Amino acid sequence: MIEVRYFAWVRERIGLSHERVETQARTVADLVDELKARDDDHARAFADLRALRVAIDQDLSEFDASLDGVREVAFFPPMTGG
Amino acid sequence: MLDIRIEPMPFHAGPELDRFTAATAGAGAVVSFTGIVRDVAAGLTAMEIEHYPGMTERAVTAMAETARDRWGLSGVLVIHRYGILDAGTPIMMVATAAQHRAAAFESAEFLMDYLKSRAPFWKKELTREGAKWVAATDEDEAALGRW
Repeated sequence: MIEVRYFAWVRERIGLSHERVETQARTVADLVDELKARDDDHARAFADLRALRVAIDQDLSEFDASLDGVREVAFFPPMTGG
Repeated sequence: MLDIRIEPMPFHAGPELDRFTAATAGAGAVVSFTGIVRDVAAGLTAMEIEHYPGMTERAVTAMAETARDRWGLSGVLVIHRYGILDAGTPIMMVATAAQHRAAAFESAEFLMDYLKSRAPFWKKELTREGAKWVAATDEDEAALGRW
């Protein structure tokens, strides 16, 4: 089980702030493919991966990163702090 | 001395700076920056800031530790708000204390650049014409290149 979290417009587009996902995905990209197949909202949120960033267990990561031993994956747009 | 605060409440930059300066006594230079919610063409009613609890504290602490070690700082203060912020109120504040001003200025700019693009905050402008997520810019990303 992986806890998947969404922030900002990704959260709004999917309509969820988080969901627990039963998955055998090996990489973030594989997980994205599974999530896109869930419904139109997920498909739309993940339509352009260049517009998204990913964090694995609360550290910024990449879409080709392994999910081995990972507990939490978060998807969000580029950050706008400061 | 690292003082990292991610919180919703408004703060007063003056007293914060006084406290920070007192806590870093012995430093020859203190630089501070305060970011304020500014108005936009569409007429801002408020700014909403979302963040990623847990990751935010982790990421900001890591930036502050990097700055402290790289510039030999005796103190770093980062206050960053989240939630609904009124126009004209402070969003965030950075202060750095060092022996000399170059280190204090440079490390404050480093922290500002990293907070903008690598700390998990997302700004949404609430205006009379509706709500709009603020988009990250190429300039913000490019600014990281100088460090």
